[in-house]
Amino acid sequence: MNSELIVFLVLSLVAIATALGMLFSKNAVYSALFLVLNFVTVAVFYLLLGAPFLAMSQITVYAGAIMVLFLFVIMLLGAENLKPSNALPWQKPLAILLSVILGVEATYLLLARARSSLSVTSPDAALNTMDSLRNMAETLFSQFLLPFEITSILLLVAMVGAVVLTRAEKGAAK
Amino acid sequence: MTTPTYTDFYTLLPYLILTVWACVLLLVDLFIPVGRKGITAFLAALGIAVTLGFSITQIGAESVGFSSMVALDGFSTFANILLLSSGLFGIALAYGYTQRFNMVRGEYYILLLFSVSGMMLMAQANDLIIVFLALELLSIPLYVLSAISRKLTSEESGVKYFLLGAFASGFVVYGTALIFGATGSTNLAAIFAQAAAGVTSGLLLTIGAALLLVGFGFKVAAAPFHMWTPDVYQGAPTSVTAFMAAGAKIAGFVALFRVFATAFPSLAPELTTILWALSAVTMILGNLTAISQTNIKRMLAYSAIAHAGYILMAFVPYGNAKVAPTAIAAGLFYLVAYAVSNFGSWGVVIALEKAEGKGLEIEDYAGLAKKYPALAAAMTVFMLSLIGFPPTLGMVGKFYLFRSALAGGFPGLALIGLVTSLLSAYYYLRVVVNMYMKEGDPEIEREPWLALTTGFTAIATVVVSFVPQFLFMLAYTAVMR
Repeated sequence: MNSELIVFLVLSLVAIATALGMLFSKNAVYSALFLVLNFVTVAVFYLLLGAPFLAMSQITVYAGAIMVLFLFVIMLLGAENLKPSNALPWQKPLAILLSVILGVEATYLLLARARSSLSVTSPDAALNTMDSLRNMAETLFSQFLLPFEITSILLLVAMVGAVVLTRAEKGAAK
Repeated sequence: MTTPTYTDFYTLLPYLILTVWACVLLLVDLFIPVGRKGITAFLAALGIAVTLGFSITQIGAESVGFSSMVALDGFSTFANILLLSSGLFGIALAYGYTQRFNMVRGEYYILLLFSVSGMMLMAQANDLIIVFLALELLSIPLYVLSAISRKLTSEESGVKYFLLGAFASGFVVYGTALIFGATGSTNLAAIFAQAAAGVTSGLLLTIGAALLLVGFGFKVAAAPFHMWTPDVYQGAPTSVTAFMAAGAKIAGFVALFRVFATAFPSLAPELTTILWALSAVTMILGNLTAISQTNIKRMLAYSAIAHAGYILMAFVPYGNAKVAPTAIAAGLFYLVAYAVSNFGSWGVVIALEKAEGKGLEIEDYAGLAKKYPALAAAMTVFMLSLIGFPPTLGMVGKFYLFRSALAGGFPGLALIGLVTSLLSAYYYLRVVVNMYMKEGDPEIEREPWLALTTGFTAIATVVVSFVPQFLFMLAYTAVMR
């Protein structure tokens, strides 16, 4: 049993536990925080598979940006402790049905794979070294330099726009 | 690793000047006291004027830059000059209007500068990634400007514009992804080469191009993607509407011309039918709905939709190499004609508008001719130009459009254009009838910049119509690179 396997096993437990925690916690904010932990664990899995870029983007995009957005929405709506409602009565049976189908499908694929004695191949190691990250950065800052810079202007404009819309007019008070 | 060269910067220089100017102005504006925001307006106009001067020196220059992401050619320079002029008119109309309606804010002009820079980028884009970014860069300031007056209608219009605009951007992105999937590139020239060499999935490419068409259709307010137009045009501050109606339409059409003429000539057999139908539906729907409007802003909004249909007409024979240059030049010419009449007519609307949305009904124009003959005469000129009645720029523009439709072998479309133009006379002339033949006591605002804009556009509408060949040749040389 090498150290990598130990890390994997521990993290798997954490990942499963946080996923369950997200599902079953009554408070929406706790759910969101569990999900953040889950995303971070998955990011470490990517690292184990030798995909550093994917791991970093998983953390910045999912665990960082998207979850912050989720938390903001939950807090702004004050939806931390919503009473369970029956607004969509058909939703529950449908969700159970769909998840059963998904579960059967996943199990079948897993078994079929095992029978054909195909092990899950790890991604091409050569494509996932630090070199690929460097190549990507070089492409981003040479061939795609202009779109990159325009995006920064775009974000600036969106920010200015948001401030303009929310800040009260000083001139109008007169 | 390559660093940008002189050519790269030269290709994009008008855009770069304007963007840097806008960013610096954002900081400078902080030090301008609240009561003197006119300085910001002046500085913004100065920035546009400097860029305009530079754009004029670029006439005839051709280059590509930033790994062929952007192109500089006659077409883009023509569009840049037109867009920058629109920006100047937009500032001139806004200067008095914002003071009168208590929405003086330095950011108004800065956002307008950013929007113009996005439109220019759209004209120069040679890559679908840039097209998308430019589309966002021109739209986001417009969403904010629509909602800037903090009145309920203005905010509603801003939100509506934002939601539908975001939806349209989604179409553009999805179309780009499909085109990338079919050809393996987002560069327009590379897409053309790949499409000519034969793609494995032609259907994917066609659907991608059609989705792009939907996205641009939203921006230029072509039916059936025009639903947002009347509400947004009516709710937004009138000075914003004037700029939006001209600028966004010019940018949308310029991008449409470039993307389709550069990348998709091979799809012409499929797309021509779609474009034909779009153009016909837009002309008919815009003109028919405009008839029943009583509010001048809504009427002009439907008229804007109808004109999108006329300009689309220029675009129908784009796959026919013999007719296409003349047709696209006719489209450019009509864009100029429309922009001039558009700014003029919105200028008159601004002159009559009162607080709380008063003074915007067509009946409020009754008696204008007796009290303010010059203004009424100017409005008459704009209305005639929008109908396409001589001697105005609109008439010459329509002549070129119908001629190119006939040359492209679409007499039916030219006929629809002619009939709907006749139909449109009814609602445009109703304004004229109200001004000259009914009694009333309208009040107008006297603002020097407003008067200057209205006067200049009215004179240009008439004078240029006598020497249209010169402007048409400019457009034609711009298209023939």
